[in-house]
Amino acid sequence: QLSLFRLTMKRLFSTSRSSVDSKEMKKFQLLAHKWWDEEGEYSALHSMNEIRVPFIRDTLLNMSSNYQLGSPLSGVKILDVGCGGGLLSEPLGRLGASVTGIDPLEDNIRTADQHKSFDPVLAKRIQYKSNSLEEIVEECMETFDVIIASEVVEHVADLEMFIKCCSQVLKPEGSLFITTINKTQLSYVLGIVVAEKIIGIVPEGTHEWEKFVSPEELEHLLESNGFSVKTVNGMLYNPFSGSWSWMENTSINYAMHAVKSGAQGLSSPTDTLSEMGSEQPSATAGTTV
Amino acid sequence: TSAVMAAVCGRGLLAPLGGRLRTCPRAPLRSVAAAAAAPLYDVVVSGGGMVGSAMAAVLGHDIHFHDKKIALLEAGPRKEYDRMPDSYSNRVSSISPGSATLLSSFGAWDHVCSLRLKPFRRMQVWDACSEAMIVFEKDDLDDMGYIVENDVIMSALTKQLDAVADRVEVFYRSRAVGYTWPLPSHSCDTSPWVQIELADGRRLQTKLLIGADGHNSVVRKEAEIKNIEHRYDQSAVVATLHLAEATDNNVAWQRFLPTGPIALLPLSDTASSLVWSTSHEHALELLTMDEEGFVDSINSAFWSNVNHSDFIDTAGAMFRSAILLLKPSGTAVRQLPPSVAKVDPESRAVFPLGIGHATEYVQHRVALIGDAAHRVHPLAGQGVNLGFGDIACLAHHLSAAAFNGSDLGSLKHLLKFETERQRHNVSLIAATDVLKRLYSTRLAPLVLLRTWGLQATNALPPVKVRIL
Repeated sequence: QLSLFRLTMKRLFSTSRSSVDSKEMKKFQLLAHKWWDEEGEYSALHSMNEIRVPFIRDTLLNMSSNYQLGSPLSGVKILDVGCGGGLLSEPLGRLGASVTGIDPLEDNIRTADQHKSFDPVLAKRIQYKSNSLEEIVEECMETFDVIIASEVVEHVADLEMFIKCCSQVLKPEGSLFITTINKTQLSYVLGIVVAEKIIGIVPEGTHEWEKFVSPEELEHLLESNGFSVKTVNGMLYNPFSGSWSWMENTSINYAMHAVKSGAQGLSSPTDTLSEMGSEQPSATAGTTV
Repeated sequence: TSAVMAAVCGRGLLAPLGGRLRTCPRAPLRSVAAAAAAPLYDVVVSGGGMVGSAMAAVLGHDIHFHDKKIALLEAGPRKEYDRMPDSYSNRVSSISPGSATLLSSFGAWDHVCSLRLKPFRRMQVWDACSEAMIVFEKDDLDDMGYIVENDVIMSALTKQLDAVADRVEVFYRSRAVGYTWPLPSHSCDTSPWVQIELADGRRLQTKLLIGADGHNSVVRKEAEIKNIEHRYDQSAVVATLHLAEATDNNVAWQRFLPTGPIALLPLSDTASSLVWSTSHEHALELLTMDEEGFVDSINSAFWSNVNHSDFIDTAGAMFRSAILLLKPSGTAVRQLPPSVAKVDPESRAVFPLGIGHATEYVQHRVALIGDAAHRVHPLAGQGVNLGFGDIACLAHHLSAAAFNGSDLGSLKHLLKFETERQRHNVSLIAATDVLKRLYSTRLAPLVLLRTWGLQATNALPPVKVRIL
């Protein structure tokens, strides 16, 4: 009862332009307890860690000169937006980062909190909050070194506002990592038709193709909001092996790394180096990680 | 999300991990509060023998484990020597170059070299029932392997464990008496870790339990992993022998008698270690007979031709001439093994032999290595080398998992270890078993088969290299 009341209050007090879509929240409510079943509904998200964690880790290691043995992300403050049950927050915490995980759905946060509670190291390094991104902007201005929005932007109501909020809570020259689904015929066929309508295991309407974002559109939005896109890579899921791999083609899933411009708008030497690698005008060609 | 879509596709098509996750607890669950009080380790290795200690040491020296907590449980006392006693121990192992590489990767091999070891360059294996012989040696006359006392290896490992004492905690005189397995993580209000109870009542928790507790592994039994095992009708007699005269002693000798193989492994220019696998009755006889009789039996086993038959000798000779025609370099010079003058008193011992292989090497939060996973006949000198191979493979996967921030007990990478090692181990264990059975008979057809087989193998470099 209490959580329903709080939810209603949040909706009343949030501005009409919120990044959280309440319809989307309802879909995830049903699966709030299934996050940590490695073989269940979220098994592909578990196996996605095998490529997205190294991607984040190596990108950050390349950009910094510190390396603490055994703790490659030590000292890095990360915001995991739409953290769900904490599937990505935990590995990043194990690598030494201080992680704040936010998710508008309280049940997700409850699951995440409970799961981390058994590991004293993680319990200290990770904080979960049941909030949307806009709600934390005021108290978290320029607080984080890194923001990760993995498998989130395709569920967001107002993408431009989401990106603006990311920019506000990110330190200058901080990194933004996004993984999401492209808006193409292929992603419609595989993501909607096959999964939802043919095999019929995903409840109809879980995905709305209209909300998928193409890398070109995303890059445009990022660049016009003070970000510089450094890397775009396509991702491919193999349902037989249950594993993900990188590919050049971004027609289905893809990952993007962008950096918020520095305080004076000057880019640092390390930025120039990685810019040389991704100077193609079209964002569909990816650089290999 | 795309992930949900993908997850759903995947789940319908495969369920590889399904059988390995427990659905009900085996032991009564302790309260969360009590469990929370027990110290939590990232990895606990149960069993402090050569393989268990090396596993803990390798992880302790891994850079990605720098901030992790590892524990090693050993039922016996601490073993360390600054100098070896003058007499040799009767328990020795043949260490392959690959195992030596592993040991040097964390600094243990240097300690072994500074204590003592004996490299050998050649291995001569021949039949008691015929003239057939096979010789193994490296083209460049490099060391083929090393004969090292087990105590020397343990001492080197103990030193290297000390070097990482801030990461690896060794519990001596601590036997684990009970294990409690966690439920699969998603259904948990209880601790997701493995609970370990020690004999003195202390408790530990761990994210990954590695069972290195020998062929009667308690970890394996408690995890209810089926073990295919068979007790051979043979026991091995070990002893330390003194040679009649000093020699360049860099050859390992093995002769297949109908009762079992007898092997002489070099320890120094004047001493060798005996490993004689034979029937239980004969083993007891050898153990209890007087020293002179014992020495005579050994010399006779290596030199006597009583098991030869004219038929086999002729057939063998014919085959050998045929090979010489086809491949003039295809037969090697037969060297003569050294003769034994005396045996070290008190050095004779007997232990039973068997074969074993666990059907699974891993489960959620559990992995088996060494004899806990597989047990093999000493005739191939492989036992501990298989264990070191397990360590190299498991450490590789755990290191990558740690660098990815993964949960160390996750079946995802444990299964990769299992697949790699089972692929390697099963064929070797099966081949060893076949050899053991093939050589346990006097029956003419089988003797002929193995005679020709051995002669042919000796002539074919590709096959020989594969064996090595």
